[in-house]
Amino acid sequence: MKRVYAREEICGGCKLCEVHCAVAHSQYPHDIIKAFLKQETKPIARILVEEGRPISFALQCRHCEDAPCTKACITGAMQKDPVTGIVTNDETRCVGCWTCILVCPFGAIKRDESEHKVASKCDLCATVGGTPVCVQNCPNDALVFTDELWRR
Amino acid sequence: MHYVIVGNSAAAIGAVEGIRSVDPNGRITLFSDEPYHTYSRPLISYYLFGKVTEDKMYYRPLDFYERQGVEARLGTKVSSLMLEEKMVVLESGERVSYDRLILATGGKPILPPMPGRELEGVSSFLKWEDVKGLEKTLFPGARTLVIGAGLIGLKAAEALVKRGAQVTVVELANRVLSAILDESAAAMVQESLEEHGVRFFLENTVAEILGTEGKVSGVRLQDGTVRECDRVVIAIGVSPNTNLAKDTELMLNRGVLVDEFMQTSVAGIYAAGDVAEGYDILYRQKRVLPILPNAYKQGFTAGVNVAGGSQSYRGGFAMNSIGFFDLPMITAGIVKPEGDEFTVMLAADKARRLYKKMVLREGKIVGFIALNQIDRAGILTGLMDKEVDVTPFQDDLLREDFGYVYFPKEYRQQQLLKGVLEGEPS
Repeated sequence: MKRVYAREEICGGCKLCEVHCAVAHSQYPHDIIKAFLKQETKPIARILVEEGRPISFALQCRHCEDAPCTKACITGAMQKDPVTGIVTNDETRCVGCWTCILVCPFGAIKRDESEHKVASKCDLCATVGGTPVCVQNCPNDALVFTDELWRR
Repeated sequence: MHYVIVGNSAAAIGAVEGIRSVDPNGRITLFSDEPYHTYSRPLISYYLFGKVTEDKMYYRPLDFYERQGVEARLGTKVSSLMLEEKMVVLESGERVSYDRLILATGGKPILPPMPGRELEGVSSFLKWEDVKGLEKTLFPGARTLVIGAGLIGLKAAEALVKRGAQVTVVELANRVLSAILDESAAAMVQESLEEHGVRFFLENTVAEILGTEGKVSGVRLQDGTVRECDRVVIAIGVSPNTNLAKDTELMLNRGVLVDEFMQTSVAGIYAAGDVAEGYDILYRQKRVLPILPNAYKQGFTAGVNVAGGSQSYRGGFAMNSIGFFDLPMITAGIVKPEGDEFTVMLAADKARRLYKKMVLREGKIVGFIALNQIDRAGILTGLMDKEVDVTPFQDDLLREDFGYVYFPKEYRQQQLLKGVLEGEPS
């Protein structure tokens, strides 16, 4: 399946991916100003830029083959789509027990406590379709959306 | 091929999904002594205080059995096994034959032989039935005594407080959550619960439940103290529900012994979840690991293997994510090490109730406590599971922003570029 991969050598650490991800998953997905101005609680990005020393890179759900979060989920809210491979959390069923955070080896699941507690994670912008917004808005192509071998 | 599964919770559902990943057509019959569609046991405390409604209790959608081609015989208790004949015997006397059997019978509450256990108003806290019973009779201000300050006892206490009960917890150990926390972290959690009105009696236990006219009226503690109360919740612990395996040739220790394929000592019979005793990779011995992620994984593994696939689950280890009111915690593995082969690293901030403890052995993480600072804790359990040597970045483990950026480049890229690296093993 196509996933988002980061090229740490050319990531500038600008965090625009975080900004656009937060907006795309806010109540105003097409309005960056309103998303931050009007929404009661600040929208949360489902991607995280890690930085330190000379490098930085963005990290989000890897949509693992054996997705441990789906196996550990106590409610059945976290599921991997058998066709697309995308792992999504049904926020109406999630109770915020954070067992997914306990088992995600990438640390890619965030706590969203803005309304009722729910686990918040990358859905590859599946509801919109096409290239995920983080990739679309990366100013120096440090994020790649692909399923092809391209390293080494 | 006829698969029979006894049980209907995480391990049983894992088994169904495991079987179907290999064999889409084989006949599956599932027995459960409870009458409900598969539901999530850990959600019962959420149900009690109203956060989760009846329709959200279900672990899989209501058409699950139908879609998976499972004949679910709910409310049907299996009373014994006839291994020679490959049959299960139901309570009604009916016999059902199988080709392969998966035991996923879960755990049962440990009920100490204290007088007064049979009084009205005494319950355990494991099944949906337990909280349905409590829910109906609970009234605001009900004086409720919880026996046991473990995971179940404290989840019960939290839910009861949220329902307006006055809650007292009695615990035999010197601290709350003694299985997953050390003294320092436990003190912080206890203090937080006390701020929400829970009273604790530690290093004490209930000697006798007192009653009048068949109803609970109080308890007499081991030290002689008598406390009045209207309800008693017994949450001392859970033991493997091995009733069916007893008196058969299945090998038992605490639980039904299984190998890495989840097969028991008898060919064709598998066990998974809280009833099974598989390998603990940290304690390096067989242990019962009564946690949901382990149950599902064991169940899935059993399902794959029973259906002719081959998947091994080399073992798990204890890990928990739990929280009370606004205090979350994630812990795993050995949290109170004894012996000089362990290295311990600590970071604590009592005022903010932050506590992080890391336990290392032979350069690898074998346990940790993360109190009130749980974000990305799965990175640590991942390192434990893969037994990664953390020596190169050991000093960074306690950082608040600990993440992949601190990993050696090669290991980081191996993990993050999985799927696009040429020449990687597929």
